[in-house]
Parts: sequence; structure tokens; C-alpha cells
Amino acid sequence: MAPTVRPTVAQPLSPHLQIYRWTWTMAMSVFHRITGTALYGGAALVAIWLVALASGPAAYGTVAWFFGSIVGRLVLFVYTWILMHHMLGGLRHFIWDLGYGFDRAQRMGLARATLIGSVILTVLIWALALTLR
Amino acid sequence: MADNRQNTNVTMRTPRARVKGLGASGHGAGHFWTQRLTAAANAPLMLAFVVIVALMANRPYPEAVALMSHPVVALILILAVISVTAHMRIGMQVIIEDYVHDKKLKLLSLLANNFYAVVVAVACLYAILRVSLGKLV
Repeated sequence: MAPTVRPTVAQPLSPHLQIYRWTWTMAMSVFHRITGTALYGGAALVAIWLVALASGPAAYGTVAWFFGSIVGRLVLFVYTWILMHHMLGGLRHFIWDLGYGFDRAQRMGLARATLIGSVILTVLIWALALTLR
Repeated sequence: MADNRQNTNVTMRTPRARVKGLGASGHGAGHFWTQRLTAAANAPLMLAFVVIVALMANRPYPEAVALMSHPVVALILILAVISVTAHMRIGMQVIIEDYVHDKKLKLLSLLANNFYAVVVAVACLYAILRVSLGKLV
């Protein structure tokens, strides 16, 4: 077998994201990665919150004040939604892993359900949290 | 990747490597499996985590410590921290491997990813144990 010689001309690349027409499944796939990355960063907030609780009343007071503020609540609200979206996206992957949901209609339905379901769950969680306190 | 060629002499791979079947990455489908395993654990654990955070809101310090000290709460949080940090470490590694092509930057990113995941995990676990066992109030 002759050794392969790498050509010196630039190889054609496969079309990238900006070439394709956006579809629901594609958008939800990209969004799954984005939400995963956001949760990755948000894990630091959880660590700060827990370490503050372990550090004493003064440290916890500061952190609790931030998360109770308008900005803090907004962060928590968006964080809840991102978490729910990533969770439903993961469940969608489980459905696919088991071999179901590959038809066009099912794919679209699952992609839409991920977005709509995440919004409903987020609103439900906050409504319950705010009314049951 | 399975090697289905008839004549396997034409390869640089050792017979042992072929038998182990772990591919170029050296870990085969291990990451895929761990990612699914931790995902399955994360779903109920993070729903419980959301409830715990909602219960913690607006509590004065001694009550917050008392709630966190409850064995069920502490156990759920410890399990969640372990599962989530393992999940996010692999997830970010895949993203880095997909998008960072510069060798040095890739190596640094992978290092940083591991350090970050471990620091977050250990900080959370230490704090949970300190609060639940430390008699802070």
C-alpha cells in the first residue's frame, strides 16, 4: 500500500452551523450544551453558598443577602430554568438511547416538549416555593 | 471502534490493545456510560436539591444550619455533589475536546477542568460535613 501524502492545498471543510437552516432539534441540541456549560459555572455558586454556611453567620448573611436581592433572585430563576431544560434534554437523550422517538414528528415533539416543559416546570417550582413559604 | 479487518497484521496496534478494545481515547465507552449513569442519578437528586434550596430561602442562620444538619438533607446533598461534579467534568471535557484544537490550550483547559471539578466537589463536601457534623450553632 502506497503511503498517503498529505496534499498542500486547503481541504474543503464540511458546512458548519451558519450554513444550515435552524431546526428545533438542532437548536435544542446546541442549547443542551450551552445549558450544561452554564450549570458548570453555576456549580461554583452552590459551592460558595455551602462554604458560606459552613463559615458562620456573617459570611452566610452576605451570601443570603445576595441571593435574596433582585439580581440574586433573577440568577436563581434563570438557573432553575437552565437546570430544568438540561434535565429534560437529558431525559430526551435517554429516550433516544432506548431506541424510541426517532420519527420526524416524535423528534419535533420531544424538542418542543423540552423547551415548553422546562418553562412550565420552572414556573411551577417558583410558584410553589413562593406560596408555600 | 471495532477492528473488523481480515488481515490485522497491517496495523500499528498491538494485539493486546485490540483485545481491550478501548480505542484511541484509551477509555472506550466508559465516559458515555458514566455520563448516562450520573445523569440518571442527577435527575432525582437535583429535583430534591431544588426543594432544599427553596426550603433554605429566608431562614435565619441557626435554622438554616439545623435544616442542613438533617441526615436526609446532608445525604442528598453529598450524593448530588458527587454525581453532579462527575457529570460536569466529563461533559466539559467533551466540549473542550470538540472545540479547542490548539494542543497547549487544550491540555491547559483539560487540566483546569479537572481542577475546577475537584475543587467544587471537595469544597461542597467539606462544607456539608462541617455544617452537619460540626455543631456550628
